[in-house]
Amino acid sequence: MRHHPSRDLIIPGPAGCVLMATALLAWSILFLKAEEQIPILVYMISGSLLVLVAALSDLHKSISATISSNESSWDKCMTLTLLALILIFHDDHYTLFLLGTIMVYATAVLGLNVQLGYTGVINFSAASFFGIGSYTAAMSSAAGLPSLPALLLGGIVAALVGCVLLLPVLRTSGHYAALVTMAFALLFRVFLEVNEWFGGPQGIAVAPLTLFGLDFSQDMQLWGIEFSFYVKYDLACLLLLVLAFGFVRRLERSWLGLSMDAVRCDETAGACFGVDIARWKITAFTVGNLLSGLAGALYAMMLAYISPANFAFPDSLLFLSILLLGGMGNNWGVILATVFVVVIPEKFQVIQEYRYLIYAALVLFMILYRPMGLLPRKARNYGRLS
Amino acid sequence: MELFLQFCINGLMLGMMYALVAVGFTLFFGVLDVIVFSHGDTVMIGAFGGLSMYWWLGAVYPGLSLTWTVLWVFLAAALAVTVVGTLVARFLIMPLRKAPPLNTLLATMMLGTVLREAIRLFFPDGSNPKPFPHLLPEWSWQSGSLTLRFDNALLFLSGAVMIVLVHLLITRTRLGMAIRAVAQDEEAAQLMGVNFTMIVLATFALGSVVAAFAGVMNGLYYNEINFGMGLLLGAIGFSAAVIGGLGNIYGAILGGFIFAFLQTLGAVALPFASAYKDVFAFGSVIALMAVRPTGLIAEPSSQRV
Repeated sequence: MRHHPSRDLIIPGPAGCVLMATALLAWSILFLKAEEQIPILVYMISGSLLVLVAALSDLHKSISATISSNESSWDKCMTLTLLALILIFHDDHYTLFLLGTIMVYATAVLGLNVQLGYTGVINFSAASFFGIGSYTAAMSSAAGLPSLPALLLGGIVAALVGCVLLLPVLRTSGHYAALVTMAFALLFRVFLEVNEWFGGPQGIAVAPLTLFGLDFSQDMQLWGIEFSFYVKYDLACLLLLVLAFGFVRRLERSWLGLSMDAVRCDETAGACFGVDIARWKITAFTVGNLLSGLAGALYAMMLAYISPANFAFPDSLLFLSILLLGGMGNNWGVILATVFVVVIPEKFQVIQEYRYLIYAALVLFMILYRPMGLLPRKARNYGRLS
Repeated sequence: MELFLQFCINGLMLGMMYALVAVGFTLFFGVLDVIVFSHGDTVMIGAFGGLSMYWWLGAVYPGLSLTWTVLWVFLAAALAVTVVGTLVARFLIMPLRKAPPLNTLLATMMLGTVLREAIRLFFPDGSNPKPFPHLLPEWSWQSGSLTLRFDNALLFLSGAVMIVLVHLLITRTRLGMAIRAVAQDEEAAQLMGVNFTMIVLATFALGSVVAAFAGVMNGLYYNEINFGMGLLLGAIGFSAAVIGGLGNIYGAILGGFIFAFLQTLGAVALPFASAYKDVFAFGSVIALMAVRPTGLIAEPSSQRV
């Protein structure tokens, strides 16, 4: 008889989630607080050793069993962990900006995950749609549109521009589809650089987010404590990430996600069973671009200044690498990989110069030796239905 | 009229360069069914290899005649690129043969980044553009505003000779027959006694030599090379190979010239600033893909290369 993993749990239920989240929080605080290279290296190595021990022993099985059987407590714990990090670093601009970047990138890659991880629609221009969101937010708030509509418009315009690519993307497959999106990514960057209206190669300033009369670009004081203005942005990013994560997971578990899986796994078989291939590809592509665009719009407001160099083809490759590194189709994997990819080069100033080389080499090794990524997507679990 | 001719000449030069790069893409796709996106960066390595040889020659044999210098530069470029190309084929592309196409594509893109960054970081002062020496005699023939430079004509002709040589090699020799056999059906070819690994490596060596040629040609034409030139060249070569129809050498050549034509058209003949030429060219590629999703010369299922 198959041995059920939840039988030999070391860590019990929701308490286990809290325990793990606290450990994670403690480690993150130490790691983010460290400024010298040596302590950073020590935390880094000790963290990786712990992960390695967990991966080699049976510990990772009980951890993942705890997480998957107490999903809602785990989600809450993770949200609280992020919230705690934001509040703990309430006056540290740099760390807060790093956290915000992680959350925004993760949201954009979740969009890419819907396209590529769920449905198998190749998109080599994720950073371009991210950029469309950014530029839309910049232009529309410059034209006098309030922030919230500008933010939403960023997502909508990204989705609409994506529709222009739909016809070639739907008609082609494999390498040919890759070419279409790649050509778009190259075209987009050149277009931004030569177009005066969008600020040319120097870029363009973006008006800060203003919600209900609250200006997000001002530091503030509450109960005598100084809060960096990034706290507000980070809270907005966290809200967006939580909403996007919830949405993407609902999508995955619904019949929509099932249809998308069918499209990815076998178009012919799917079509034979009545799955409308074009419909799901269109849905996935548009939803993914919408998420990327929303993330891009928020990122632009947080950055306050954007330029074409932020949205070049290598950035699209970076988004793809995050997805591949985390594990195609796995949303937690996306978040884990985003943390790695954003934080490590920022904390190790030594490797800053070599970061593209290191990313590229790392992804190469992943593709060669662990093509499923750090956290491979699991098969659907219908166990609880019965 | 003269201006028109001048643009035609420049377009033809560009087209020849793109065609040479695209031929590599289509050859590799033919034998292994993979897109080796780092091919553009291989071209860049060729240019840098040639430049290093030039520097070395200048230091060791200062008075060497131009003809010999050019030959040695080409040889060094070809050698550097062949070594890189075959190593890549053996240790990256062949192990990934059974992987999903997306993984291979992404892996080769990452390899391209590695090559690019390696040159930027480890080549002496690699992050700045490098002047490429004038190695060809600078005669030119002038008629009104039209200038026909001898070195460009020579480059164009040698590019054409290169393509003809590749064509002859593929259609007339035993090696070419083996390459075509592998492209058609790898298992049947192996049953007929074709050494699959050797043929794949030979194809990569062949494509790499053509790429090295394109790289040096690029350097001689623009008199400047930089570490990032491979990305755009690779994207253009890939576009050219795809709009021509992957796996077809004539398609790749046609695609190369079409792309150059689109760029030239975007630069001179259309009512917007010439800076938009790449936007126009890539936009046209996207539109072409929507109209002919398999390229102009469609890839027949039974025959490649």
